[in-house]
Amino acid sequence: MTKLLTLNENHVPKFPRHAKLRYDQARKKWIINAPERVFELDEIAGEVIQLVNGKSSIAQIIDQLTNKFSGAPREQISKDVIGMLQPLADKGFVINE
Amino acid sequence: MNKKNIEIPYAVLLELTHRCPLSCPYCSNPLELEKKSNEIDTDTWKRVLTEAAGMGILQAHFSGGEPTARKDLEELIKHANSVGLYTNLITSGVLINEKRLKIFYDMGLDHVQVSFQDTEAENANRIAGYKGHEKKIETAKLVRKIGLPLTVNAVMHKQNLHNLETMINMAVDLDAERLEVAQVQYYGWALKNQSAFLPSRKQLDIATQLVEDYRVKLKGILAIDYVVPDYYAKRPKSCMGGWGRQFLNITPAGKVLPCHAAESLNFLSFDNVKNKSLSWIWQNSEAFNKFRGTSWMPEPCQSCDRKEIDWGGCRCQAFALTGIPEATDPTCELSPYRSVLDEPLSRISEEIPEFIYRRIE
Repeated sequence: MTKLLTLNENHVPKFPRHAKLRYDQARKKWIINAPERVFELDEIAGEVIQLVNGKSSIAQIIDQLTNKFSGAPREQISKDVIGMLQPLADKGFVINE
Repeated sequence: MNKKNIEIPYAVLLELTHRCPLSCPYCSNPLELEKKSNEIDTDTWKRVLTEAAGMGILQAHFSGGEPTARKDLEELIKHANSVGLYTNLITSGVLINEKRLKIFYDMGLDHVQVSFQDTEAENANRIAGYKGHEKKIETAKLVRKIGLPLTVNAVMHKQNLHNLETMINMAVDLDAERLEVAQVQYYGWALKNQSAFLPSRKQLDIATQLVEDYRVKLKGILAIDYVVPDYYAKRPKSCMGGWGRQFLNITPAGKVLPCHAAESLNFLSFDNVKNKSLSWIWQNSEAFNKFRGTSWMPEPCQSCDRKEIDWGGCRCQAFALTGIPEATDPTCELSPYRSVLDEPLSRISEEIPEFIYRRIE
């Protein structure tokens, strides 16, 4: 049974079997397929979601993004990453490894 | 005809067959059911799945009838998965065993919906016209055992709404991710049985409150999909997310419809995947263009600020109830035809009429 998950930097996010990430050529965006739903991700969310692999912790994801987008403060990126993943976790479409 | 703005569709529902052991009196299949001999073959379905993925469709729903009655279902799941589609099986669960479910899993099935007619076996079997309730429970458990996500699909109405709370708890006990509380839509078979299903206002208010309470209580455990049925709503639903905007339905014989009930619009002609590509049909089919966009809408829809929210509601229902294809959906309080709902609503009583069960002639 799914448990309510409040994400922090130590969590290792991954997708459950029923949520599938893919790049959609037709719409030119990253999307998550879920039962009777499709989440279309904007460019920034797409950058984050590609790094969700069941291996990297949220802290590592933030570090990677901080390196990639040098200039943006880590604190801000941390806020964005958790702010983007938490609503998906609330619906059970992102879980902890 | 105006140049229509044609979007990329999200989902295709494949009615692989109309055959089904159940004979639910609210079945969404048309009154004239296709025989097995008219069903399109495996290769045609595979070609359609490839075309679907190519035009940007993301999800394939395998439905029916009872889709597991097709022996090639595993092959179709495998193919859908290989072209990148998210696959969903919509089943009654009565024809399936663990071995076959395991094959579906291995072929890449993503999600399963099992329908339930009630939580009390006797009443469930009476509604379905088939003794299958216990088997359905067993199938739902197997789905979870194998590791597939589960949606419990429950059509709720006058004769089972009192068991909604038990249904919610049953979904939790079965470890479902989702519960879909569906309402009876009144066209086709259901319209023949309307007085057997239409709930009272009081029944409905209790149900709505119950769902609201459980949504809070079960947050993160069970998602509950529930909408107030049309007859008690003030504004129509955005049926299928708008005609020809997001969704296609393919019948067992290969006809492509903008929604599963569209054949009830008996003045429309539908193209068939046997002789046209899915993409051509999506763009050019008369049936898809007929109510696409908003230019077909009469007043008060035309000047309504919700016209691109509800997209004119349900055409099948509007036509079934008014005889006018473009009529404002009578479920809208602004519709000049709203009064057609008053008569069935005024007839609601404790009485339970006999069902007219769905059957193949």
